[in-house]
This record gives sequence, C-alpha cells and structure tokens, in this order.
Amino acid sequence: MTPAPLSVSVPARPFRPATTEPVWLRRSLIVAVLAMLSVLVLAPLVTVFAHALRDGLAMAVASLGNRDAQSAIRLTLTIAAISVPLNAAFGIAAAWAITKFDWRGKAFLITLIDLPFSVSPVVAGLCFVLLFGANSAIGAWLVASGHPIIFAVPGIVLATMFITFPFVARELIPVMTEQGRAEEEAALTLGASGWRTFLTVTLPNIRWALLYGVLLCNARAMGEFGAVAVVSGKIRGQTATMPIMIEMLYNEYLSVAAFSMAALLALLALVTLTLKSALEWRHADQLAAARRH
Amino acid sequence: MPYARRGLLKAPSPLPGFGLSFGIMLTMLSLIVLLPIGTLLLRGADMGLAEVWRIVNTERVWAALGLSFRAALLAALFNLVFGLALAWVLVRYEFPGKRLIDAAVDLPFALPTAVAGIALTALYAPNGAFGSVLLDAFGVKVAYTQLGIWIALVFVGLPFVVRTVQPVIEEIDREVEEASATLGASRARTFGHVILPMLTPALLTGFALSLARSVGEYGSVIFIAGNIPMKTEIAPLLIVIRLEEFDYNGAIAIALAMLSISFCMLLAINLIQIWSRRRMGAA
Repeated sequence: MTPAPLSVSVPARPFRPATTEPVWLRRSLIVAVLAMLSVLVLAPLVTVFAHALRDGLAMAVASLGNRDAQSAIRLTLTIAAISVPLNAAFGIAAAWAITKFDWRGKAFLITLIDLPFSVSPVVAGLCFVLLFGANSAIGAWLVASGHPIIFAVPGIVLATMFITFPFVARELIPVMTEQGRAEEEAALTLGASGWRTFLTVTLPNIRWALLYGVLLCNARAMGEFGAVAVVSGKIRGQTATMPIMIEMLYNEYLSVAAFSMAALLALLALVTLTLKSALEWRHADQLAAARRH
Repeated sequence: MPYARRGLLKAPSPLPGFGLSFGIMLTMLSLIVLLPIGTLLLRGADMGLAEVWRIVNTERVWAALGLSFRAALLAALFNLVFGLALAWVLVRYEFPGKRLIDAAVDLPFALPTAVAGIALTALYAPNGAFGSVLLDAFGVKVAYTQLGIWIALVFVGLPFVVRTVQPVIEEIDREVEEASATLGASRARTFGHVILPMLTPALLTGFALSLARSVGEYGSVIFIAGNIPMKTEIAPLLIVIRLEEFDYNGAIAIALAMLSISFCMLLAINLIQIWSRRRMGAA
C-alpha cells in the first residue's frame, strides 16, 4: 500500500517500483516474445490442420479410413498400452527404492535412469538392432524360433520404452522425496501391511504426480519416431506406427493423407497439453516443484 | 533388519519392499537401458579404437558430425536467450492470455517430431507461407538448407530453458532487487549483477538439456534438411543410412563418436555449472 500523499506536489514522473522494468521495455518484451512464439510454435500447429483440411474434412477423414492407416493407429495405441504401464511400474518401483531407503550408489543410479535423455533416438534404435538384430547371436536364435524382436512389434515396444524410460521416475522422485517417510512409518506402526500402506497412504499422495508423468510418457511414446524408424523396418500394415506412416505418406507426396495423420497426433498433443495444464493449475502443490522434463 | 546385512542399505529402515522395488528397478534398468548401450560399447570395443577412428575420420562423417553439433549449439544458444526472455515475461509480467502462452511453451515437447518436421517443412518450403515471403523479400532459402535444420532444432529445444529457469525466477527474493536499487544500481545493472548470477546454474542446465536433445534429434530435422551429403546431412541420418546399407560397423563408429562428443560437452557444461555455483556460494 502506498501511503496517501498529503499536500505534497505530484511528482512529474509517474511512480515506478524499483524492482521492475520501464513500461516501454516491458511492453516491447511481451510483444517480441509473443511474436516469436507465434512464428516458432503456433504457426507449425496451424499449418498441420490447414494442410490436413485443404481438400475438406471429408477427404481428411477418408484418408484415415483405409486399412494401412487404421493398422498404424491400432499399432500406435497398442505400443503405448504396453510400454506406458511398464514404465509407470518402473517409475513407482524406482521412486520407492530411491526415496524410502538410503543405499550406496544412489546418485549414480539416478544418473543411469536419466541416460536415455542424452542418447539420440537413432542411437537407441541402433543399440537394439545390435542386440536383437538378425546378425547377433540372440537375434539369429529369435528369428529361427519364429519370435523376431527387430522389425517386429516387440522391438518397437523396447525402443519406445527406452526413449520414455525416465519420465515417470523423474516426476515421482522429487515429489516423494519432499513427502518423506513419516506417513508410511505411521501406517506401519498402526499395523497396516506393506501393500496396504502403499495403496492407502503413498498412492493417494502421489496420484497427480503419477498421472502427470504418465501423460508425458504417453505423449512421447505415441509420437516417437527416430528410435522406432530404426527398429521397425517400416512394414506397411505391420510395423508402421502413426509417425512412420506420416513419413511414408509424405515421401509419396500424399500430402493430405500425411497431414491428416499428423493432425490426429497434433490433436493428441493438444489434449495432453490441456490435461497437463489442468493438473498444473489444480494440483500444483502435489507435483514436482521444478516442472522440468 | 534382513537387508541391512546385505551391506547395500546405509541404515536399516522400518519400511518394507526394498528388495522388491530395488529388484524391479535394477532389472528393468538393465534390460531396457544398460544392456542395449552396453552392446553398442562392446561392439565398438570389438572393432578397436583404430578401426572406429578410420571410419569416423572421413570427410562425409566429419561434415555430418560438425553440422549436427554446430547447428545444435547455435539452436541451444538462441534458446538460451529467448528462453530466458520468455521465462521472465511469463513470471514477472501480466498480460491477457498468459496461461495459454504458458501452456503453449510445451507444445514442441508434446507434438511428435515427425509432425513438427513436416509442418516446419511445409511452412518454410519455397512455396510455403513463410518460405515464399523470406525468399521473395530477402532471397533467403530456409527449407533444405542448414538454416532449416537450425529452425527445427530451435523448435524442439524451446521448452527446456524456459522450464528450468521459470521456477528459479519465481523464487527470487524481491528484497534483493530492492536492496540493489536502494544502493543506487540501475535496473540494467541489478539484472546483470544480481539477477543473472542467480539464474546462471538453471540457465546452464536448460542449455545442456536443450543441446543434448538437439544433437540427437532426427524426426523433425530430416524433412526440412534436404539431406544432401556434406551439406545438410546430420549425424543421426548418416547412422540410419549406414544401417540401411547393412554397414553395422559404420553405424557403430558414428554412434560412438556422437556419444563421446556429447559426453565431453555435457561434462564441460557440468564443470562450468559447479564453478558458477561455487562462485555464487563464495560471493
């Protein structure tokens, strides 16, 4: 509150708090930043929908109806349905072991969990090809036994899991560190079993953070391109996921079809962003303090 | 306590489930991350350093590696400045639609890279909305040049600096700025000498994350790059090309070169970060 001026003459210069920038600078910064963001981020988003709807909505929808497109959509959903729950389970287990116990080598292990962030998706794909590809010992046996991993669905799942590996753990670890161990210890003292403690004490505390991590994990899992491109073999109707399908259609100059598929994934991205923002607004206190990826 | 005897736990804990959770964590980490990366390293060791160097030390591979790291560095530098401005505006200023803008910052993160790739190409191609204007007005070609690669990398690396710096700006104690102003510092001086040093560690973290992501980026780049060998061919693409030729040794060598250069760069950034934290602590 500024004290009411008595009979002092009004200063010629309008009052400006010492801890902010001049008005002209503030306004030009806002305008510059908004302009940049529109060019860099919003324009590509608008382009996707504009190109998809160039020949009308009916054409866009029709291009998604053919067999290969349907199979790509089903495959992408399947991959996410397998890899996201597995990574969520890993995230919960890792966060429990890391935040509820003190053990040697913890910091090093956290670094290892973060490793996939600094490995190129293409290199990740290459690693799996070397491990399970037909020219490796395991791969040759897998192919002979009729269960190939590379150029098949299991390889896509593994590559997707590698890329999205840290997401849930990264979100849960800071939240569970902050919450400490006292509540779980109290539950155990009162006679609850370990599982009951986890389900009725820990899980309600971390549910929003878990959902947040799963959301990010899912968005990346459905959209992963580089790693999947290397391990999938890009067999139309069999191992072509939605992003792979986009590439194939685009390279065949089937622009409307490519952008329609892209628009579907862009819609998914928008839904993800909406849910993510809703979580941030309503449950900010239960999410990791630093909203890092 | 049963697990205390194993010597892994530093102190016994009354909480259950250490064996189970630790087991799940270690098994999955080994299967999904360590085993594949270990295979790559082992295959590299099999080839021997001399052979890896012989493959990497060719004009085409150097051109690709140079382009990937140069473009990623320039994109991360741009994101460092723009990300700081964006984070500052989002925390300190009020304007209509702020929440929407805040949410839009994460779009590059949520939008699949292949989608971003074809959208950017359509925008910046010579007949695209931005590309045609830039070509007619300034004679600048963006798509299918190194400039196009840079734009794609700016796009994918955008959220990182913003999201690491934003929470730190939120926590800055305004009284520090007031103290600086009372002592006669101009706003610019306060920003340069008081605020910026506080943000440096977070800025470096964001820079490193953005760089790491951009160096390995594939999906959003290959559409806009044009992929001309020696000119607009990025290192990850060269790995894919080698793989398609079934030249596994070639792919392994380039992948190892990428990993080692990334490792050295991230190490350097980490050292700068430790140095700047220590300087802040001493001041």
